[in-house]
Amino acid sequence: MSELQEKLVFDRPESVIDRPTHYCPGCHHGVAHRLVGELLDEMKLREESILIGSIGCSVFLYNYLDIDAVEAPHGRAPAVGTGVKRARPDKFVLTYQGDGDLASIGMAEIMHAANRGERICVVFVNNTVYGMTGGQMAPTTLVGQRTTTCPGGRCRDKEGLPIKMTEIISQLGGVAFAGRASLDSVKNIRTAKKYLRKAFECQVQDRGFGFVELLSACPTNWKMPPVKANERIREEMIPYFPLGVYKDVTEEGGAC
Amino acid sequence: MADKIFIKGNEAVARGALAAGCKCFFGYPITPQNDIPEFMSQAIVDAGGEFVQAESEVAAANMLLGAGATGVRAMTSSSSPGVSLKQEAISYMAGSDIPAVVVNMNRGGPGLGDIGPAQGDYYQSTRGGGHGDYRLLVYAPATAQEAYDLTIKAFDMAFKYRNPVMILGDAILGQMKEPIEPWTPELPGETEGNDWRLDGAKDREKRLIKSLFLDEGALAGQNQRLQAKYEAMQGEIQYEAFETEDADLIVCAYGSIGRIAKSAVRKMRQAGHKVGLFRPITLYPFPAAPLLELAKQGKRFLTIEHNLGQMVDDVRLSMRTVADSDFFPVYPGNLPTPDEFEAPILKSLEGK
Ligand SMILES: Cc1ncc(C[n+]2csc(CCOP(=O)(O)OP(=O)(O)O)c2C)c(N)n1
Ligand code: SF4
Ligand SMILES: [Mg+2]
Repeated sequence: MSELQEKLVFDRPESVIDRPTHYCPGCHHGVAHRLVGELLDEMKLREESILIGSIGCSVFLYNYLDIDAVEAPHGRAPAVGTGVKRARPDKFVLTYQGDGDLASIGMAEIMHAANRGERICVVFVNNTVYGMTGGQMAPTTLVGQRTTTCPGGRCRDKEGLPIKMTEIISQLGGVAFAGRASLDSVKNIRTAKKYLRKAFECQVQDRGFGFVELLSACPTNWKMPPVKANERIREEMIPYFPLGVYKDVTEEGGAC
Repeated sequence: MADKIFIKGNEAVARGALAAGCKCFFGYPITPQNDIPEFMSQAIVDAGGEFVQAESEVAAANMLLGAGATGVRAMTSSSSPGVSLKQEAISYMAGSDIPAVVVNMNRGGPGLGDIGPAQGDYYQSTRGGGHGDYRLLVYAPATAQEAYDLTIKAFDMAFKYRNPVMILGDAILGQMKEPIEPWTPELPGETEGNDWRLDGAKDREKRLIKSLFLDEGALAGQNQRLQAKYEAMQGEIQYEAFETEDADLIVCAYGSIGRIAKSAVRKMRQAGHKVGLFRPITLYPFPAAPLLELAKQGKRFLTIEHNLGQMVDDVRLSMRTVADSDFFPVYPGNLPTPDEFEAPILKSLEGK
């Protein structure tokens, strides 16, 4: 006799608040939020966490994660995170920043927090545009990519090459983990979670600064449907921003 | 009675902060306040706290924002060009009700100016300083002892109002050595801020500290709450009135200039001139009511500042429709002496 079997195969992590999303269809911010939420649950960090929000489309991250949060000025999240962690070294401190926020206005703050080896984790969402303000050129905009402030496409001679943050960050002494993953496919999302877990563990184990770059889609400002946006990540972004682990002191067998 | 120690005003600020239980200090080198981070780099660590030499004043002020959000007593110090850079975070802290203490050892400006004393940052300090409608409670110590005492008070006020508090000194206060009597206040203990601080959402709802208010009416509500806070601060007004009772002319001056003016007033009293000194100690809120009282008694006023005329606006506003104030500037870049104040004081006394 066959009996109807019900098995719960997918649920919302406890750290993620049940509410409708405000993100555009196909936006990867929600995926990144969920990965963070899953890890906070799995690593039992929810009650210990202090989130430093940043300025960008993810400014409302605090509406989705059920943890204490403070809002940092544009680009300053690593400095705010430094202050939080120094004041409360017993707490788990995490920043979540876009590419405009982190790699442009906040370049000094991210470099120095990483170099000091602040025991914080940085989730860096690289979507190659300033999403929130309407799709202007970001420091990560690819050469030739059209945006509202480089309508003819980013020009190497005038605007320079897109900045590869994970490569730069991995060179700094205080960094325990630096890796770049992508949110375009299930396989890559799994790797992204693995990297985030490593970065989180480095903080919990007092090893140093954790940095994970997530290549993400902004279908709205890329002016393409979500599926096409995922293809763009594979065809244009990953070749320029290679995926992988750039630094991992746990593999090197020593703390920094 | 505690033993006296002979220290610079800068060190008095740092020691006052430690006595007040300051646990985090975020600094960046700039003359004439370097003694504060230098002293703190060891002393706060010895006291079980944290010192960070930040990558910039922008970062230092944002570290302060982070530490303040956890309800920990924290401080940053700088001088004029550096304080300009801190304004972004100060506005955010004011907008999101974060307590913190910010020290400005005012130097000459505008621009890089010089490293000597000046009072050119009066407007910046008393009008908020950054973007948006907000105010800091501003203390202007005139002596090293006052610097020590007011720094202790600044922490209490920062937490009482959940607002940044500024200590506004200058190169004279910071660099001059004099004896002070240190003391230790009763501290609030571990529970300070435990009804709002961020320490992890354990057995309670999560907390959020922010200055973004997009819902309809929300920002207006926040501005109204802030305004009520500034009105409540009126109760914190502090000033020194020296020989004002029978004075015909009252000199208004704050900080180091107030102290120098006091020497001039004392000397002129000995020569039989009926002059007095009114020295605001809180620059915001400005002691307008006691000044108005003096104005109603028919006295004349002369404001002396180490700038081109900033506090004189507040003096005049305090007594508008009743009296006015003359103004004598010491140009930033010049060092003031008590003697050079005598001629302008005499001139105003005679109503010329
Ligand atoms: C000091 C300051 N400058 C500019 C802005 C405007 N601003 C808001 S969000 C943003 C860019 C966000 O882009 P990014 O960090 O890439 O995040 P995304 O929206 O793409 O996720 C800018 C410039 C601001 N809020 N503050
Ligand atoms: S504009 Fe881009 S980054 Fe912002 S929510 Fe929409 S898709 Fe996401
Ligand atoms: Mg972006």
